[in-house]
Amino acid sequence: MTNAADATTPGPTYLDSASSEPLHPAARATLLAALDQGYADPRRLHGPGRSARLLLDNARAVVAEALGVRADEVTFTSSGTDAVHRGLLGLHRARARVGDAIVHTAVEHSSVLHAAAWAPGEHRSVPVDAAGRVGVDDVIAAAGAGPTAVVAVQSANHEVGTTQPVAEVAARLDGTPLFVDACASAGRTPLPDGWSAAAASAHKWGGPAGVGVLLVRKGARWVSPFPHDDRVDARASGFENVPAALAAAAALQAVVAERDETSARQARLVDRVRAAVTAIPDTDVVGDPVDRLPHLVTFSFLYVDGEALVHALDRRGFGVASGSACTASTLEPSHVLAAMGALTHGNLRLSLTRDATKADVEAFLAVLPGAVAEIRADVGL
Amino acid sequence: MTAPALELDCRELLCPLPIIELARHLTDVAVGELVAVVATDAAARHDVPAWCRMRGQEYVGEDSADDGSPRFVVRRLS
Repeated sequence: MTNAADATTPGPTYLDSASSEPLHPAARATLLAALDQGYADPRRLHGPGRSARLLLDNARAVVAEALGVRADEVTFTSSGTDAVHRGLLGLHRARARVGDAIVHTAVEHSSVLHAAAWAPGEHRSVPVDAAGRVGVDDVIAAAGAGPTAVVAVQSANHEVGTTQPVAEVAARLDGTPLFVDACASAGRTPLPDGWSAAAASAHKWGGPAGVGVLLVRKGARWVSPFPHDDRVDARASGFENVPAALAAAAALQAVVAERDETSARQARLVDRVRAAVTAIPDTDVVGDPVDRLPHLVTFSFLYVDGEALVHALDRRGFGVASGSACTASTLEPSHVLAAMGALTHGNLRLSLTRDATKADVEAFLAVLPGAVAEIRADVGL
Repeated sequence: MTAPALELDCRELLCPLPIIELARHLTDVAVGELVAVVATDAAARHDVPAWCRMRGQEYVGEDSADDGSPRFVVRRLS
């Protein structure tokens, strides 16, 4: 699969890497090789078992080096969501004697919010500003409002790209553990400092789906919130997907090696999109224009049904996401956009793959104003 | 608050239709007067204030219509 516009056979242009990045070539090659070598149970003492164990340990070492952490801080989970659940709830459970409240930003990923709602105890949501950023003082005040088990602050927002002041919060938490959902940023920007546990998701950096990474800082108190299992890593459960973990590690190693160039190129393209979209009348461009993830940009068009716009762009050959939920009255609009005071309808999130080109972006920008105008014309505005 | 000069019945309309109705009917009231949007769609609570910010109108606040439905009140500034 390629994003390059081909004059003879124009294919769909995929602009939704924040939902899932296409498999990195390094991951594909590694996965195919590992499927034949990593099938056995890595706990067994026979040759195939030892081979699988070697591959798993190698994957762990590669991920640790790419993320700048210790190998014994890395656990492979069955998804990013699973890593979030284990990370947040494991810190929570370990603090049961101190308190059971969970403090989180209002714009955490739904996996964090669902985990917080599932855990016993109250949860305190901390509001964000119009850019989607939480205030350090506000987080500290919420953490001090009562006995607090754990504080959750994402590294960067998955819908609007705004980075969060993770290290600044961590520096002032005074012993309360910090959980960082790094799924939106892992591989793309360095991990922020100060977490007790963190989570990442391989398919968001070009690894295969079904691989999450749970990080638990050496010395942090963490107790499994779920039934124990007798696997290689006590923080996970279920039979390890060794080939996928190794492929995820290979992809991460590759994207981290390439990321200075990739991020700079993507940030320039996003700047171009922001400027062009701002010129479309009645458009709300949301998220911090500078302190943000390099690859994604989000905007909302007044009077436009976001899902209708996604379909209109899909017909024109562009795959983009929307945070709007207009077609079903039972669906709530994006809690991220709502918390920011941004327009929740007519929303698009465009996120660039690692090989997205200027031509891809220009082709998208060439059709976007017409698609918006067409939908607005249908309602007479 | 003073009674709105106009109340738009947008019950059961899905987003963005309540906002479209608001935009269509804003000029039905004089500058300085209030227009109210009665909407049951969850997005209206966020999108009426956002519309006011983007279009330079004043979001006055939320109250309830006679049947208890959420009502969002806007003052026409221009």
